[in-house]
Amino acid sequence: MRFDPQVDQFPYFEEFPFEAAGKKSVLEALMEIRNNQDGTLAFRYSCREAICGACAMVIDGKFDLACRTMVEALNTSVIIVEPLPNLEIQKDLVVDMSPFWEAVSRIGPYLFSGDQPEGGYRIEDKEMEKIEQYTNCILCACCYSVCPVVARDQRYVGAAALAKLCRFVQDPRDKRPYPRLAEVNAQGGVWSCDTVLRCNEVCPKSVRPADGIEALRRKLLIEKLKRVFRKRP
Amino acid sequence: MISHDVLVVGGGLAGLAAALSSDPRLSVAIISRVHPLRSHSVAAQGGINAALGNNPAGRDDNWEKHAFDTIKGSDYLADQDAAELMCRLAPATIYELEHLGVPFSRFPGGVIAQRPFGGAGFPRTCYAADRTGMVILHSLYEQSLKKQAKVYAEWLVAGLVVEDGKCCGLIVYDLTTGEVFPVRARAVIFATGGYGRVYLRTTNAYINHGSGIGIAYRAGIPLKDMEFVQYHPTSLYGKNILITEGARGEGGYLINNKGTRFMADYAPATMELAPRDIVARSIQTEIDHGNGFENEYVHLDLRHLGEKKINKRLPAVREICIKFAGLDPVRTPIPIQPAQHYSMGGIDVDVRCATAVGGFYAAGECACVSVHGANRLGGNSLLDTVVFGKIAGREASAFIQGGGSAPGGERALADEAERTKAKINEWSRRDSGTKAHELLNRLKVVMSGDVGMFRTRKGLEKAIAEIRSIREDYGHVSLGGRCFRYSQVLVNIIEFDYMLDLTEVIALGALNREETRGSHYRLDFKERDDRNWLKHTLVTLEGGKPRISYKDVALGKYVPQARTY
Repeated sequence: MRFDPQVDQFPYFEEFPFEAAGKKSVLEALMEIRNNQDGTLAFRYSCREAICGACAMVIDGKFDLACRTMVEALNTSVIIVEPLPNLEIQKDLVVDMSPFWEAVSRIGPYLFSGDQPEGGYRIEDKEMEKIEQYTNCILCACCYSVCPVVARDQRYVGAAALAKLCRFVQDPRDKRPYPRLAEVNAQGGVWSCDTVLRCNEVCPKSVRPADGIEALRRKLLIEKLKRVFRKRP
Repeated sequence: MISHDVLVVGGGLAGLAAALSSDPRLSVAIISRVHPLRSHSVAAQGGINAALGNNPAGRDDNWEKHAFDTIKGSDYLADQDAAELMCRLAPATIYELEHLGVPFSRFPGGVIAQRPFGGAGFPRTCYAADRTGMVILHSLYEQSLKKQAKVYAEWLVAGLVVEDGKCCGLIVYDLTTGEVFPVRARAVIFATGGYGRVYLRTTNAYINHGSGIGIAYRAGIPLKDMEFVQYHPTSLYGKNILITEGARGEGGYLINNKGTRFMADYAPATMELAPRDIVARSIQTEIDHGNGFENEYVHLDLRHLGEKKINKRLPAVREICIKFAGLDPVRTPIPIQPAQHYSMGGIDVDVRCATAVGGFYAAGECACVSVHGANRLGGNSLLDTVVFGKIAGREASAFIQGGGSAPGGERALADEAERTKAKINEWSRRDSGTKAHELLNRLKVVMSGDVGMFRTRKGLEKAIAEIRSIREDYGHVSLGGRCFRYSQVLVNIIEFDYMLDLTEVIALGALNREETRGSHYRLDFKERDDRNWLKHTLVTLEGGKPRISYKDVALGKYVPQARTY
């Protein structure tokens, strides 16, 4: 899909011929098209090994990283490549990621460290395994873009941000004060999720962010109950 | 004109560490050509070295032994004071990262897990499965959010402006708007990474053009030891994606087409865990002697580790193999071949990360302190980025607070920005002309063919002539269009100029260094020559021409000895 908001009124599709020889990724195809056919074709990329998260887009209707999507595996003669939805198009396949980054920074996406033992913490590996699922997140924004709640309510922080929050809440080193956690107990937080689980489906790193949302909901309920009982005379 | 006290160029580990350690009272900003999380640091897999002694087999480890391994691994070209500094600071650096939230893997008892790595006397590489770079990058980025660091993402630095021997700012191409403008700074820190993409086969990201190194060179700052280019032994055949040294650290075998662990012929004591220069050359030698598969690769066999261990320690390697090569290392050996991986050389800096230009600092892969000498040990680059990134941030802050920075510079900055704009206009007005990616392909062919793992006088002379001929053709380069927003083609044209500089410096240094040391292997001079060549190469641009000089290595208690493994 092509679109330059400074020139075009609407996005449109343009077809480029491409001969897939060998095991080419969609990203490699886009680069060849840019080099040989149209130098103005805009898209993001960096690592080409599915770890940096730069090249997320919609390929034949599927949310994925262009670098890890192989042309031959798509098994089709025409590949439709579109920018991530729910974010404004800057040019062609490049979208404005700032609402996504702002959503991530809203939840306090860093360790609230308590004591800092000089010789390091003692944490059993099973504790680290609990958060591994979430630390695999590369913040590619696939889950944010696919989310129907984000589409209708821009206040919703989205699955990636909440999965990141869960990663910290479940980290034994994190000493986040309850009010900071309770921020996602409000509008745009954990209760906004419709649990349609599209985020789990599209995540290229198998993070299953909805598990994190579910865990945060449980944590908030337990915290609330604790507070109710503590207030009793 | 946008103005900051400290400008950090690069949002990878060194850049983020530099920004985070700069004095918070100063106005600090990071400029990066991609969002910081897309930096190449994210691709580091195997780990980060520190003599913590957590591994039962590493109880007797200490930072001096780490320093010795680093220096021996460097083929004695590392400055011993610098290597000692880095290794001494390593344990505290790891604990600091852990306090910032890095989710390291653990040993029973809860301490940080450590695995064996090449060229190391003890298992001292701390890791988070095989995603160590990624989790550290994310943790430092999280800290930058906490501290609300100013980040200008998708800005490409196109030039460095120096006036009266002091740095006064940068010229920037803003991809998001397509504009070119100057940015003033009292101090600049380059953390721009390596140049892997000047080679056909590289583990590096597409963005690793190395222009930062060329920009510093063009501003008159010497480049040091550029002839030392590291080849990683194990990149995935076909895509050249990194398969971590941790795969061998966990027990993986290298196997040739005869089914033998051929490292026994090259490094009998350490086998697959010899330093990278030796393992990479051994693999290439096997392939060249007809002992490879399809004359292209050998096998990295992990099958005997079992599915459980592979899933626990090397999940990303498994994922990469399945996704990018269509094979599962649990059941099939991985086809691997050496590929360019790292630059030991770089912008000439001292242990304070300072350069010959006042207010200009460099850290990480783009810089050469030198701690890696002629060959870097695996697990030492992440350590280098964090240790020296922090030093750069502190030193740049101290420079400003000590009143060292240049006032003004606005005129020079504005003039340079105009010159850059004029060049871009010229490229865009040219309807037909050479395309940058075609020139880059030519450059890659000559660098891989004649400035690769095995070098000769004849090949290097040919390479230098070809690089100069490519430069002539670069004079006719065309952008093909007038749209400057998100133009990666424009990025490539701007950067290519500097890539020509740095490749010429690599080839020149290699041509002049008539010995074999670490990664620099001369087929016509196969021995290390300490009497004549135990010294750093410096290449400086003077009057438009490279001038070569040499500088003594800072020696210390580790006396150069034969490097056997």
